[in-house]
Amino acid sequence: MSPLLSVDDLARQYPVAMSGGQRRLLHAVDGVSFTLAAGRTLGIVGESGCGKSTAAKLVLGLLPATRGAIAFEGEPVTATRDRAWRALRRRMQMVHQDPLAALDRRLPVGEQVVEPLTIHGLEAGQDARQQKALALFEAVGLRPDLFQRYPHELSGGQRQRVVLARALVLGPSLLVCDEPISALDVSVAAQVINLLQDLQARFGMAYLFISHDLKVVRQIADEVAVMYLGRIVEQGPPEALFHAPTHPYTEALVSAVPTPLRGTRERIILQSDPPNPVERPGGCAFHPRCPRAIARCREETPALRQVADGRLAACHLVPSMAAPVPVAA
Amino acid sequence: MALPMASSPAHHHDGLLPRMLAPDAHANAAPLLALRDFTVAFRGESGPVPVVRGIDLTLASGEALGIVGESGCGKSVTWLAALRLLGRGAVTSGEVLLSGQDITRLSERELAGIRGGRIGLIFQDPTSSLNPVQRIGTQLGEVLRLHRGLRGKAARTEALRLLDRVGIADAARRLGQYPHEFSGGMNQRVMIALALAGEPDVLVADEPTTALDATIQAQILDLIRDIRRETGMGLVLISHDIGVVADLCDRVAVMYAGRVVETAATQDLLTRPRHPYTRGLLAALPTLDGPRVRLTPIPGTVPSPDAMPPGCAFAPRCPIAIETCGGEIPPLVLAAQDQRAACLRLGETATQPGMPLSTLAASAFAEAGA
Ligand SMILES: Nc1ncnc2c1ncn2[C@@H]1O[C@H](COP(=O)(O)OP(=O)(O)OP(=O)(O)O)[C@@H](O)[C@H]1O
Ligand SMILES: Nc1ncnc2c1ncn2[C@@H]1O[C@H](COP(=O)(O)OP(=O)(O)O)[C@@H](O)[C@H]1O
Ligand code: SF4
Ligand code: SF4
Ligand SMILES: [Mg+2]
Ligand SMILES: [Mg+2]
Repeated sequence: MSPLLSVDDLARQYPVAMSGGQRRLLHAVDGVSFTLAAGRTLGIVGESGCGKSTAAKLVLGLLPATRGAIAFEGEPVTATRDRAWRALRRRMQMVHQDPLAALDRRLPVGEQVVEPLTIHGLEAGQDARQQKALALFEAVGLRPDLFQRYPHELSGGQRQRVVLARALVLGPSLLVCDEPISALDVSVAAQVINLLQDLQARFGMAYLFISHDLKVVRQIADEVAVMYLGRIVEQGPPEALFHAPTHPYTEALVSAVPTPLRGTRERIILQSDPPNPVERPGGCAFHPRCPRAIARCREETPALRQVADGRLAACHLVPSMAAPVPVAA
Repeated sequence: MALPMASSPAHHHDGLLPRMLAPDAHANAAPLLALRDFTVAFRGESGPVPVVRGIDLTLASGEALGIVGESGCGKSVTWLAALRLLGRGAVTSGEVLLSGQDITRLSERELAGIRGGRIGLIFQDPTSSLNPVQRIGTQLGEVLRLHRGLRGKAARTEALRLLDRVGIADAARRLGQYPHEFSGGMNQRVMIALALAGEPDVLVADEPTTALDATIQAQILDLIRDIRRETGMGLVLISHDIGVVADLCDRVAVMYAGRVVETAATQDLLTRPRHPYTRGLLAALPTLDGPRVRLTPIPGTVPSPDAMPPGCAFAPRCPIAIETCGGEIPPLVLAAQDQRAACLRLGETATQPGMPLSTLAASAFAEAGA
């Protein structure tokens, strides 16, 4: 069976003006490939500016790609806003970090859940649409009496539930979530994480789940991709990546997570900031910050390839499939 | 070095001694910093809205105290108001004692000498606290002149040393640059250098790494730890992230709805939390280690300051609330050695020591079937 979503060598460049006036290319996403099966969750982690949101917009056809191909439910995804694009958009929905910005301030939230049904001409009659919207309200754990409220009359967690109800009312098979809980408080974030898991179990859609928070991604993802400067550097099941990272960048990222009770654990402190993507270092892009870099890393770009336990890694030091590596599965 | 009135608070000791013997001040000496029944209210259309509702906290010299709690619980307002940085809209009461001296009674000029002097400050968003149109060197020079009396060559040498100390390479060139020429992490380093310039006894850091990436956050936490090791500087670290606080702090105070609901040594708080809110917070956190288990969220949301529930503010969300909780504000009382909690049901919820964290954290919630 073909996967729900498959992304092949996806890239997006932006022309940017440098201080000297010359124009350069910023490689926001630079050759990303992955697949996502129906009903599963792929988490994407990485630091600010590594290309997570750009990748999400490309997948949704909100942004034209510079290179590469996307196939969703067997159809190619482009950013040309024609009939096919609108039909696809019904099946893939987006949830952002800031629910207030995603909602219309002047419209009661219930109507905003009805609206997509009206736009797409689904469900015959206002009554049926209203019923459908109320059912979604119930599914995301909102009381029916909140139907008539305006966005500013709801809490952050309730607003994000409205956004979820609106995204789900069209019955999508893919939900792209870009930092969906980053703006929420700890106690409410836990409510929304559980809700996302329950909704997936109930409705069966797949999630492309973007977050800078490794703990949240580990909680929700079946598979995780770690991005650095526009590329995936390691990909595999969360337990493998977070408990036994093989790529030095994943290793540093995991060790940087402040965890209560982990005690005096060895923390890897990386030098300096991630470089500006306009000045992407040659060879392995991580080499200027990599504590393990060898001479070869400056010259040769490591390919993302399968390593012993089946995960993918892009590092010269990680032995590929042939040689056995000890990994705690 | 520091301004005279800031460095000679001892003469106030006699008058204030009885207050110093508040239950958690176990040493004879005045604590470095203490809040006593401190409140903050904002003027609203229908009267003042209390947002910080009676806080008692003590920081011993050289100690690192973490303040955690969800957004809006008053973490920032408490410390901004204590240093009179909130303007006329905020009304405060209670005492803020710096080595025993109540700084709420000081004149504006005297307090200005303490801010950035004995008490250093850093905020979440460095770009909003650095002056965008002034060179880094000028801003450092200003602090060094004001709080250390350094000028000219001496000031420049010290500024170079400070930038170097916070890990900014090529310090001489950097002194001539503006904040927008720096990355977020570098600006936060500059903020730390500015705070260190006054040779503070205590650094109040409000979410100093929240705006930063994970690997940069790790660098900054590491830097603060090193500086404390070198200088013995005290620290008040405000963060919504218990992980960050646990990383740096000896002791933690958990705030909820404008009050401290629990305070304990970091390890005790994490391994045997006593307040249902603290337990709830820990159970709601996803982790990187251990088995992946379903999270236990706290039902409902944080109350807003203008609709504060009567009695225990946590009662509407508390899985073990009983009727009296709605009528009585629980005082912060001793729950175990060096551990205080503000809950009316402490006696009934005592747990055996040695219980694993995950079980323990979830227990209060499981009990009520939440
Ligand atoms: N419209 C644009 N024009 C020029 N550069 C852009 C544009 N949009 C994004 N970029 C750049 O592309 C890179 C990737 O950006 P992207 O928003 O995908 O990052 P991200 O991983 O989502 O980061 P964050 O965690 O901060 O959301 C960044 O360097 C960003 O500055
Ligand atoms: N200038 C202000 N005027 C009115 N209310 C304020 C002001 N600043 C903060 N508040 C309110 O005070 C409460 C505590 O805020 P704050 O201390 O910033 O919370 P946090 O714990 O997130 O740091 C919140 O309800 C907030 O909305
Ligand atoms: S290829 Fe070299 S520089 Fe890149 S991550 Fe591996 S060791 Fe580090
Ligand atoms: S006082 Fe009552 S409502 Fe408040 S935390 Fe304790 S048991 Fe819960
Ligand atoms: Mg983004
Ligand atoms: Mg704050």
